[in-house]
Amino acid sequence: MKSHEWAVVDGGAATIGISDHAQKEITDVVFVDLPKVGRKVKQGEACCVVESVKAAFDIYAPLSGEITAVNEALIKDPAVVNRAPHEEGWLFKIAPADAKELSALMDYKQYQDFIKSAAAHGGH
Amino acid sequence: MTAATELRRTALYDNHRALGARLVDFHGWELPIQYESILKEHAAVRSLCGLFDVSHMGQIWIKGPQALDFLQRTNANDIARIGPGKAIYSHLPNEQGGVIDDVIVSCLGPQRYFMVVNAATTDKDFSWLSKQARGFDVELSNASDHFGMIAVQGPRAAELACALDFEAAAALPRFGALETPVFDQPSLITRTGYTGEDGFEFIVPNEIISRLWDNLLIKGRSIGAVPCGLGARDTLRLEAGYLLYGQDVDDEHTTFEANYGWVVKLGKGDFIGKRALEAQEKRGLSRKLTGVRLRERGVPRAGVTVLVDGRPAGTLCSATFSPTLQTGIGVGYLDRVELKPGTPAAVDLHGRVVAAEIAEVPFYRKPNAKT
Repeated sequence: MKSHEWAVVDGGAATIGISDHAQKEITDVVFVDLPKVGRKVKQGEACCVVESVKAAFDIYAPLSGEITAVNEALIKDPAVVNRAPHEEGWLFKIAPADAKELSALMDYKQYQDFIKSAAAHGGH
Repeated sequence: MTAATELRRTALYDNHRALGARLVDFHGWELPIQYESILKEHAAVRSLCGLFDVSHMGQIWIKGPQALDFLQRTNANDIARIGPGKAIYSHLPNEQGGVIDDVIVSCLGPQRYFMVVNAATTDKDFSWLSKQARGFDVELSNASDHFGMIAVQGPRAAELACALDFEAAAALPRFGALETPVFDQPSLITRTGYTGEDGFEFIVPNEIISRLWDNLLIKGRSIGAVPCGLGARDTLRLEAGYLLYGQDVDDEHTTFEANYGWVVKLGKGDFIGKRALEAQEKRGLSRKLTGVRLRERGVPRAGVTVLVDGRPAGTLCSATFSPTLQTGIGVGYLDRVELKPGTPAAVDLHGRVVAAEIAEVPFYRKPNAKT
């Protein structure tokens, strides 16, 4: 399944967020339903919800593993996801259970091609 | 989004495209849901000014010696209360007291009335009214294809009207109606709206609406006026407690159940649905459109179950995050009609039970509002 999350792996933890393209599509993030720390998730599992004024968007775990941290700043100020989706607007961290899963993710170039083709097919 | 099969476009379609609007299918019309951001557009209307293309709405002329008699027969509100230059909000009841549509009727002369109706119900309304017009000396015409409509809403709307030399419109009282040329074309300006703010609705021929839109945008720039889509229109109207026909009220729900009893004037003489509404008033209600406000974080949506005393009491028919109150709000038909604002309640958001309370509607009143 191809979707709009990013993952940055640094040592033992992967930080997860949504792409700038996705935050633009969602716009006006007003609520983020974060997963519980300690929850075990599978790659591709819906584990977080980002809500705009108009709609709710499921966020899928890009990697299997345990949720080790969530971005609590989003509780007070969910709009950070719009302002800095790749930095302060991260959503949660995962301790990856299987390093091999990383190879299944798109790289930046593949993602750019994906959103172009998704846009060509009518987008969301 | 569904495939764009023969969606109707307003005369402002090219203007919306040029402004980068995100367009959606709204009851068969291709209309902007937002230009840049629902939150920014909502805030602009609450603090400055916003422009809405509402050309999808319908317009019906009612003219003739018995125009008033006919309107009294078909409306729940007392149309005799308005003389030339005034408008009134009303419901068109069916025989059961259900609501065929909610409308604004303007009186433009002793025998000339103009009705603005909802987009999705225009054809239904026109055929219903035509059927009821038999036996009345009255002439109905559906002018919906001729007119487009722009709503100018916000505390600085009057300033913008003056900037475009519509001083006479700016001098209108609330629910005033003015027949006036706009770019030499016979038009109507009413001091009405669907946002809870001061504002105007410009009802003008489609040939000149693009010119009016551009002028409003250009002259509006210095006062912070921005184009607004249906997304902000919906959050604004829900905060202000306005009904969305087809979602909050319909043929199956009465005006009393919708908690809009002030619209029904049982003392004005006979009208369609009067008997059913009188009976309902005597009997009492078994369900009522009720406001709900979240006490915790979360965004309620239409279809969400409302719990009172731990038991389901109804379903929200309109709900959203309120940008002004910064919390979730909604309205729904609850079978607990006695509940007072402040009563604890809860909503079930996909299995997550979130604390809420019964809330007064409207959720928002503009500062210095008299009522």
